[in-house]
Amino acid sequence: MSHASAHAAGHVEVHQEAHAHHHHTSLGIPNQKLGTWIFIASESMFFAALITTYMVYRYRSVVGPHPDEVVNIPLTTVSTFILLMSSLTMALGVSAAHRGEMRQVGKFLAITILGGLGFLVIQFYEWWHLAHDFGLTWRTNIFGSIFYILTGFHKAHVIAGMVWLAVIAISSFRGTLRKEHAVNVDVAGLYWHFVDVVWIVIFTLVFLLTEAGV
Amino acid sequence: MATITAQRSFWEALPKPKAQTGFWSWVTTVDHKRIGIMYFWTSIVFFLIGGVEALLMRLQLAGPNLSLIGPDLFNQLFTMHATTMIFLAIMPLTAAFFNYFIPLLIGARDVAFPKLNAFSYWMFLVGGIFLNSSWVLGGPSDAGWFGYPNYSTMEFNPGFGVDFWIIGLLLSGIGTLVSGFNFIVTILNLRAPGMSLMRMPMFVWATLVTSFLIVFSFPVITVALLLLLFDRIFGTLLFNILAGADLTVYHHLFWVFGHPEVYIIVLPAMGIVSEVLPVFSRKPLFGYSVMVFSTMLIGFVGFGVWSHHLFTVGMGPVVNTVFALATMIIAVPTGIKMFNWIGTLWGGRLKFTSAMLFALGFLALFLIGGLTGVMLSASPSNAQIHHTYFVVGHFHYVMIGGALFSLMAAIHYWGPKMFGRMLDERLGKISFWTLFIGFNLTFFPMHIMGVMGMPRRIYTYDEGLGVGTLNAISTFGALMMGVAILIVLYNLLTSLRRGQPAPADPWDGRTLEWTLPSPVPEYNFDRTPHVTSRDELWIRKHPHLAHGAEGHAAAAAEQSRPDEVIVLPGGSYMPLLVALASLVAAYGLVYWYPAVFWGGIAVAVAGLIGWGLEGDNERIIRLGGNC
Repeated sequence: MSHASAHAAGHVEVHQEAHAHHHHTSLGIPNQKLGTWIFIASESMFFAALITTYMVYRYRSVVGPHPDEVVNIPLTTVSTFILLMSSLTMALGVSAAHRGEMRQVGKFLAITILGGLGFLVIQFYEWWHLAHDFGLTWRTNIFGSIFYILTGFHKAHVIAGMVWLAVIAISSFRGTLRKEHAVNVDVAGLYWHFVDVVWIVIFTLVFLLTEAGV
Repeated sequence: MATITAQRSFWEALPKPKAQTGFWSWVTTVDHKRIGIMYFWTSIVFFLIGGVEALLMRLQLAGPNLSLIGPDLFNQLFTMHATTMIFLAIMPLTAAFFNYFIPLLIGARDVAFPKLNAFSYWMFLVGGIFLNSSWVLGGPSDAGWFGYPNYSTMEFNPGFGVDFWIIGLLLSGIGTLVSGFNFIVTILNLRAPGMSLMRMPMFVWATLVTSFLIVFSFPVITVALLLLLFDRIFGTLLFNILAGADLTVYHHLFWVFGHPEVYIIVLPAMGIVSEVLPVFSRKPLFGYSVMVFSTMLIGFVGFGVWSHHLFTVGMGPVVNTVFALATMIIAVPTGIKMFNWIGTLWGGRLKFTSAMLFALGFLALFLIGGLTGVMLSASPSNAQIHHTYFVVGHFHYVMIGGALFSLMAAIHYWGPKMFGRMLDERLGKISFWTLFIGFNLTFFPMHIMGVMGMPRRIYTYDEGLGVGTLNAISTFGALMMGVAILIVLYNLLTSLRRGQPAPADPWDGRTLEWTLPSPVPEYNFDRTPHVTSRDELWIRKHPHLAHGAEGHAAAAAEQSRPDEVIVLPGGSYMPLLVALASLVAAYGLVYWYPAVFWGGIAVAVAGLIGWGLEGDNERIIRLGGNC
């Protein structure tokens, strides 16, 4: 290869690079998406630490009520079902965003938020029920302490997700959500599914395992 | 400026910072270089605070039965000294170099999330201010940097000190976590064409692995601190023995974070040394691939050794053995690195600049720190030297001999690039020898004191223990270190005003940052660099060293024209606003004024929403025309 042609080839390459600047990433994954996956990995460690503490503490209380006396499987199953269904509408919202139907996104996200709200209403009712009928608060015994903190941090994550989705839904309804924002819907979806998956782990370990007598 | 869209939302209509110079340009900046410089000076201030705390303790321990400061203040000093040095001095000083140099080393114009980067800095700053404000608001925590319950619970530690400590760490921890996400994405996604993973400079690899350690370990200390905070503020029973609590839960959570934290501090130090040694040996780094995999191995195994901090709590011989062996395994990749650094030096044309001296100091001192670490990892003998000054000696050889010496190397090596002025080499060498001798005088005797039975974290000792002379030597050495640090500071401050202007490539460097003027222009690279080699600049300077066509490609990249239009992210008020609102919420939480707490949270959430919706504030720079 002559020096001159190498020069020309290098030049063309640089030129294309400048044009592709905004969309090109080294891994081909958008920055927001990669960042969200890493955020989720980090959040997994957060919940792992909380859940581990719960598993160590659940039967160490010196006074009742103990987990096996208070778990309410039917009610929690209903709330779990609602939360899982909200993941379906979230996926539909993401799909609409990928198709470029940005006004549709808001509708699906609104239903998703309602699902989150339904989950929260049932869960807060269960909190009230535990406190009112079983006298279990987070100062009653260490099961109560870690139970309310673990499920409380999960609720906080659901609420944060609802605020996030609401911001996107509002911009969708106002028409300011543009096609190039699809990745923002994507990453909000990743987060929402993650919050669901964490709940499945909590539901299994805190509720089903207790009911099964393990 | 950006195009005017037909409909602007409330958030998009909010004012955006326009200043390019002066106070507001700095507090609203999202430029990774400016943020790096802010990290730099802030961590130096905290480093001086932590250093004064250390000197006060050393003066108290200079002789037996002194009563310069009482036991209460002594306990507060060792707590705040460790917390300040780890979280507010060493980590942010490494973050300063991450910020300034990672984009330059991979050929990028900024980090992946510039606003998040500013947010990281502000959270670190408000966390540090909040933590240290406890000195004037009733006194800081005296529960150690680990804050073990139940000593740190309200029952045994009333007052606000521990709350300030917890919340201060939570605030700055958010900043650290966010920068972890940011640097992983930056390094994986923003590499220049040709900068494959296995061509990245070792400092970039070290930053990548460190960021993963941050991302996986900081959530765990967050949980430990939150559980303790709930016990203290809301009266939960998680660390109440009478309610059935198991305090080792906290121990494990803390050290699942605490041991990776050691590597969070040391891996960047190793990365810096791996940059400095090749330049001043005028040879490529020896065994690059093995260095990369050793870094990963240290990061990975580093998550499986935490219980060696708990050998004496009674986990039983099987658990102790497993963790002892895992800990010893860490010595293998570390030893490989040690030999590779020596291999880099071997046969090189060595130039003993101050940066090189500090890097060589690292090799010698970190080796000692590593070897005493292997001694401590033997769980049977650990029971004897646990909680003695042997441990203090060991980890200061890691933290100072390892981390601080390499950071000093970085200051002398990269300082000219950051500040545009050469540091005084003569003062640099004087400060090196003062620090090296002072450091060894301070910390080597501690190993002997420890074996003789002097317990750590006790404010005084009796004459009959026979450690008076060793302690006097140690205090003398500490004062000498103080002098060394003042020399470094003097060198920095005077060189910044009167030093020789730094050329682009003062050290005959090998990597991309030396292709840029000193200090680096706002847009870093006027054209996207094309990378053909691990030692890209070296190959450009010596094309005959390249294999075949690589040399031609490097030459072609050199001759390409600069970009005519460069788009840079503009400043934002939001990161600062969210951080300040978090600070207000933190005071509301400590004193539990719900209105202040929730008010702060509400403003922070509004700031986050504004952050998401305020839109771009892009700056467009036209090279050749008016900027």
